[in-house]
Amino acid sequence: MAVTVSIPTILRTHTDGEKSVEASGKTVAQVIDDIESRHGGLKDRLVKDEKLHRFVNVYVNDEDVRFVGGLEAEVTDGDTVTILPAVAGGMR
Amino acid sequence: MLRIRRDHVDAIVAHARRDHPDEACGVIAGPDDGSDTPERYIPMVNAARSPTFYEFDSGDLLKLYREMAANDETPVVIYHSHTATEAYPSRTDISFASEPFAHYVLVSTREDDVADFRSYRIVEGEVTEEPVQIVGEAGAESPSIRLNPDVTPVESYMFANTGSDDVPDA
Repeated sequence: MAVTVSIPTILRTHTDGEKSVEASGKTVAQVIDDIESRHGGLKDRLVKDEKLHRFVNVYVNDEDVRFVGGLEAEVTDGDTVTILPAVAGGMR
Repeated sequence: MLRIRRDHVDAIVAHARRDHPDEACGVIAGPDDGSDTPERYIPMVNAARSPTFYEFDSGDLLKLYREMAANDETPVVIYHSHTATEAYPSRTDISFASEPFAHYVLVSTREDDVADFRSYRIVEGEVTEEPVQIVGEAGAESPSIRLNPDVTPVESYMFANTGSDDVPDA
């Protein structure tokens, strides 16, 4: 089971500068664990208290995983997982 | 320093005025070749539709980053407005900021007649304000803006060699 994971600029320090990496897993959580086993430090930037961090968006193909099960969202062979930092802020 | 075209400045301020009192947000993309040149203006919808918070819609965000990747572009400028406070990054702005190579532009629309227009680097939680150099002359339709006189190159040139305010001239 191989999926392609697109890594945003700010996290490429954890992937030796690579824009995308291959990974395996049946859920987003497994994919993240698989990457973590080779690129330590990434998981901490994505997951907090067993949930996706508020500051990050993760997509399976075109779908934001928040709407399809979060970390338990299913991933199948050939899917693209895209990680993007949320662009957000405010006056407070 | 941020070098930015007058028509882009005008578009950002007009967007901020239009969405006031809600915060407005968007991007100016440019070539991902280190040239640091904002070229393609892309206003974004504030999915939060709030006077105190902004967030790019997650679907729009994915579309934007795919487009930029396809065009070999990077977000050179990421802008948003504060509608009741100064044009300075808030704690929330800093905690979300995750493009270390972007110029974070803040516009304040708290005054009706003039908008503050300031630019920052935000890297690993550290905020550094930078000068803004506007390329091109203001037109008749250009909104009134105010740069931060403490960091703009013209002002610092004008006030050069006059001594610091807290040190009396000899």
